Amino acid sequence: MVRGKAQKGSGGMIAFDSVAYNYGGGELLSEVSLRLAPGSFHFLTGPSGSGKSTFLKLCYAELLPTSGRVTLFDREVRGLSRDDVALARRRIGVVHQDCQFLDHLPLAANVTLPLTVAGRMGPAQDLTDLLGWVGLGPLAGALPPSLSGGERQRAALARAVIMGPDVILADEPTGNVDWEMSLRLLTLLVELNRMGKTILVATHDLNLIRQAKAQVAARVLRISKRRVQLAGADL
Amino acid sequence: MKLPAPFAPDLQADRVVPPSGAAARLTGLVAAAMAFLAVFALALSLAAGRLADRWSEALARTATVRISAPDDQMALQTAAVLAVLATTPGIAEARALSVEEQRVLLAPWFGPDLPVEALPLPQLIEVTETGSGYDGEGLRLRLAAEAPGAVLDDHTRWRKPLVQAAARLRSLGWVSLSLIGVVVAAMITLAANAALAANAQVIRVLRLVGARDSYIARAFVRRFTVRAFWGAVTGTLAGMIGVALLPRADAAGGFLTGLGFQGLGWFVPLLLPLLAGAVAFIATRTAALAKLRELT
Repeated sequence: MVRGKAQKGSGGMIAFDSVAYNYGGGELLSEVSLRLAPGSFHFLTGPSGSGKSTFLKLCYAELLPTSGRVTLFDREVRGLSRDDVALARRRIGVVHQDCQFLDHLPLAANVTLPLTVAGRMGPAQDLTDLLGWVGLGPLAGALPPSLSGGERQRAALARAVIMGPDVILADEPTGNVDWEMSLRLLTLLVELNRMGKTILVATHDLNLIRQAKAQVAARVLRISKRRVQLAGADL
Repeated sequence: MKLPAPFAPDLQADRVVPPSGAAARLTGLVAAAMAFLAVFALALSLAAGRLADRWSEALARTATVRISAPDDQMALQTAAVLAVLATTPGIAEARALSVEEQRVLLAPWFGPDLPVEALPLPQLIEVTETGSGYDGEGLRLRLAAEAPGAVLDDHTRWRKPLVQAAARLRSLGWVSLSLIGVVVAAMITLAANAALAANAQVIRVLRLVGARDSYIARAFVRRFTVRAFWGAVTGTLAGMIGVALLPRADAAGGFLTGLGFQGLGWFVPLLLPLLAGAVAFIATRTAALAKLRELT
C-alpha cells in the first residue's frame, strides 16, 4: 500500500482499497490500494495507456471500480447517489488535459461555473484576483475557442480552485504547453499545496516532476504492470 | 407574484445551456399545430355532447300515433285516439296533423305537389308528454281497444341509435384530444432527447464541476415548457378564431349546426396551453433525467 502524508482525517481525502478496473478487453488497473492524505502532493506517472486518466476518473467517480473500494471523503463511491457524486465533485477540482469549457460562455463565466451550478456567487473582486493569479485578468471576456493552450490550462486551473476544493486533480496539465508555461502551472499547483490543498498530478513529464521535487515534498506514484507503486529515488 | 417553477426565469441555469437549436424551435411549432387541432377536437366533442343531450331530451318527450284505417273509419278512430290521449295521465298535448302539415313532411321525398288527399296515407297524431311521462304499455292497450288501427311510436327505435351516434362522436373527440396530448408528449420527448444529445459535451462539463441532474434538467425543462406553452397559446387562439368563423347554427341548418363553443364553453380551450405546458414539463423532465443518467 502506498500512503501520502500523515493523515489528519480517518481515511484521507481519497482512498483506494484493492481496486481493479477492467475496460472489457482486459484489466487496466489491479490491486490498487492507497490513500491521498490531506495536504499531500502526489505525481502519478507511467507510460501512455497505462491507466493514469482512468485512475483520475476513479478519483472523482466518473468511473466505478470493477472490484475493490474507492472512498471519497470517507464515503464509498458505490453508495453515493448521483447528487452525492455532484456534491463530492464540488470538493474536487479537476484540470483536464483537453480543458473542457462551455464555448458559448466567456472565460469569466466558465471559471465561475462551479459556483454557478452550486448556486453560490462570490464577490467580483475574488474573481478578478483569481484571474490575475493565473495571469488571465485581461481575458475575462474572451471566449474559450480564442484562448491558447496555455491560457486554457490556466483557466482550467482557475475553475478547478474557485470553489476552494480540498483536492485538485490534474491530468497532464502541461501536455499542450511549452516548458515556461509548464513551470508557471507547476508554481501555481505548488502554491495551492502550500495553502493546504491535496494535489494529484498525472504526467509523463519527468523533468516537471524533478522540478517540483525541488520545491515541494512531492511523492511519485508510478503505474507499472497494472499496479500503482511508489517510485524510488531514480526520478 | 411568483411564477410557477417552469416559467420562473433562472438566468444562470438558462445561460449554461447554449441557445436553443432547431429541436426547441420545432417544439413551439408542434405545440401550435397540435393546439390548433385540439381546439377543433374540443369543439367537436362539446358540440356532439350538446347534440346528444338535445336529441335525447327533445325526442324523449315526443311520440307519434299513426292511424291506418279505411277512409270511412279514419275520422272516427282519430277522434277516439284523441279522446284517449286527452284522458291519459302524462300527456301534455295531442294534436292531429293537418293535410298541409303532412304534405310538408313528405315534401323532401316526393316534392311539394304531392296530392296527399288522393293517397291512402295514415293519419298522424303528434303527442307531447309532460315531464313526468306516461305509461307507454298502458296507452298501447287502451289504443288497441278504442282504435284498432292506431299504433303508438315513442321514437325509441330510432332515437337510441342517434343518441348513441352523438355520444360516440363525443367520445371520438375526447380520444382525439388524448391522442393529440400523446403526440405532443412524444414529439417533445424526441426533441428534448435530441437537444440533450446535442449538448452532451456541455452536460459532461456541468457534471464534472458539480452540477446536480436537477440543475441541468431545469434549463432544458424550462426552455421546452415555455416554448410549448407559447406555441399552444398561438395555436389555440388561431383555432378559436377558426371556430368563431364557422357558419352559425341557425344560418347553416344542417347536421353540423352548432359546431363550436357556446357561453362559458369558450373558456374551455384556454386550458389547452396550460395542458400543453404541463405535458411538456413532464415529458422533458422525464426525458432529461433519463438522458442524463445515460450520458454521464
